[in-house]
Amino acid sequence: MDNPKIPTPLELAWRRFIRSRAGVIGGILLLWLYLTALFAGFLSPYAIDTQRQDQGYQPPQGIHLVHNGQWMRPFVYAMVRKRDPVTFQLKYSEDTSKPLPILVFTQGEAYSFFGIPSSLHLFGVESGSSFFVFGSDQLGRDLYSRTLVGAQVSLTVGIIGILISFAIGMTVGGISGYYGGTIDTVLQRLVEVLLSFPRLPLLLALSAIIPAKWPSTWVYLAIVAALALIGWASLARVVRGQMLSARDLDYVSAARALGVSDMRIILRHVMPNLSSYLVITATLALPGYILGESALSFLGVGIKEPMTSWGLLLKNANNFEALNLYPWLLLPGIYIVVSVMAFNFFGDALRDAADTTSR
Amino acid sequence: MWIYTLRRILTMIPTLLLISAVCFVVIKLQPGNFADQYLEDPRFTKESAETLRRQLGLDQPDYVQYGRWLWGVVSRGDFGFSFASGRPVSSLIAEKLGWTVFVALLTLLCSWIIAIPLGIFTALNKDKPISSLLNFFGYLGLAIPDFLAGLLLVSLVLKLGGSNVGGLFSPAMIDAPWSWERVKDMLAHLWIPVVALGLEGVAGLMRQMRASLLDVLNQDYIRTAKAKGLPSRVVTLKHALRNAINPLISLAGLSLPSLISGTIILSIILNLPTIGPALYDALLSKDQYVALTLLMFSSLMLLIGNLLADLALALTDPRVRYG
Repeated sequence: MDNPKIPTPLELAWRRFIRSRAGVIGGILLLWLYLTALFAGFLSPYAIDTQRQDQGYQPPQGIHLVHNGQWMRPFVYAMVRKRDPVTFQLKYSEDTSKPLPILVFTQGEAYSFFGIPSSLHLFGVESGSSFFVFGSDQLGRDLYSRTLVGAQVSLTVGIIGILISFAIGMTVGGISGYYGGTIDTVLQRLVEVLLSFPRLPLLLALSAIIPAKWPSTWVYLAIVAALALIGWASLARVVRGQMLSARDLDYVSAARALGVSDMRIILRHVMPNLSSYLVITATLALPGYILGESALSFLGVGIKEPMTSWGLLLKNANNFEALNLYPWLLLPGIYIVVSVMAFNFFGDALRDAADTTSR
Repeated sequence: MWIYTLRRILTMIPTLLLISAVCFVVIKLQPGNFADQYLEDPRFTKESAETLRRQLGLDQPDYVQYGRWLWGVVSRGDFGFSFASGRPVSSLIAEKLGWTVFVALLTLLCSWIIAIPLGIFTALNKDKPISSLLNFFGYLGLAIPDFLAGLLLVSLVLKLGGSNVGGLFSPAMIDAPWSWERVKDMLAHLWIPVVALGLEGVAGLMRQMRASLLDVLNQDYIRTAKAKGLPSRVVTLKHALRNAINPLISLAGLSLPSLISGTIILSIILNLPTIGPALYDALLSKDQYVALTLLMFSSLMLLIGNLLADLALALTDPRVRYG
């Protein structure tokens, strides 16, 4: 006799998750985004801080297949810069006499992958010429490379921020819900005050505290801390609600009767039971951090050079003239939109999968 | 009801006090103060910078500065003065606050007008491909940061040869008296921030409206209404919709924080005379009383908005009773 295999709750949830097409697509997109951030040095053709004086604001180069009526391996044309004789504007045009085949696994500018020095890039063109997928910025830096490397900042801000938020939110919310009474009232008043601030003004005020002299890695940490400092309040409220309903359940009373300390009950007994719920809340709260960081960096009070992030890249487009003449500066914005959407799809699908009551 | 309203307003006072104290601490945590910039200015001697510091009251301990400001606010409605321009804060920001509320309310109104019908439509046609498409656009709207939406619209208008971007009025209209022409000119400028801001609201409201209506449509009394032969139009519009719209009213209050945040960032991009650019400048130049007052008013707007949403809910939903 075979035993029919009984699916565990996790397997059941996984099956429900798989059924949601949007959720699966979102998950795959997230995986892809984080992998590109991890291997950004390899995937991007250039270093992010290489400046090229004569190649500022170069438009993206299109990939061609046909040269002089002949099929070729994918190639781009070199760009030449000329001053328009009438408007004196600098204009780029393709030099169609000179095809530059796109080389795969090519040697290029050096970068470091977790301390391992390397100069291998996924693609590129022969040295001396350049291939800018997303065009270049004012200083002639490759926007595509900067976008990929910027993902390292933009995508980790959310994860680290949410971890800090959760640590604070779980402790405060847990204590508030578990003890009730005066402690609860005081903590809830605090949460209320934090929640009655519009996010952006408070974020602006907090990021104005960061001294201008700080190196960019410290600024990065400070921004994450500012985001987390604002984010924990709503989480604490959610955790408190769950805690209130959990604290009179039998297993909690049992643990208390055994003399387990309060903090241990909160963190080791109740929280694991809320874990699926917490993970989902985290996934759905994460886009807020990404958007918050991009807004701050966009306004020039967030991440600073030589680090880069999607919001900081969009800052280049924050003047009407540049926006009109060099619209490709908006391309990093696509990454913000896609990652936020992917998180929302993924989070919604997770929530539906974990929800066993509504079906 | 009146007692409830009064109590809510009274509890706002300690909250506001706490908020102002927190804001002051945050502002004071900034390194340096307003007078520091003169220390590096070769035209100022060290002594004159010191005199300035004393004149601005910055030589006093922080709690004295805060106490004096608070006393000014409570005793004579004086919110201090701006270090940069020397003018009283209240005269600087009154008009800006007005525009902020106006832009936010206009956006709220527009997003309701657009989102409610769309939400109803997607709920009633939930299996058709057009609804999936609209839902997808809903997700997209939630994912586009408002400043990016603003930039995209500006870029689009500029590409199409338009010039009505930035500011509230065309140069010729700035000082003109109010007239129909001036209103039209303003709307020609204002639609960009309203659309960019409203995108997120429309997307969120549409999803809520859809979910809420679908919920109500499954209830027994709807089946009863249909069974007794009422036309389905009447059932959806009169029976279902009225109940489905209630949860959205409290949502309007909840959407205020992002609306105010969005107004601020879009005003900085588009150079609108709201509190956005003023707050940004005040924070960066350490003009402390302006920054403090603006931070306070932005959360006061939120508190009032939430109160209004709660009251509106009590008015429309007879089940809600406040004691």
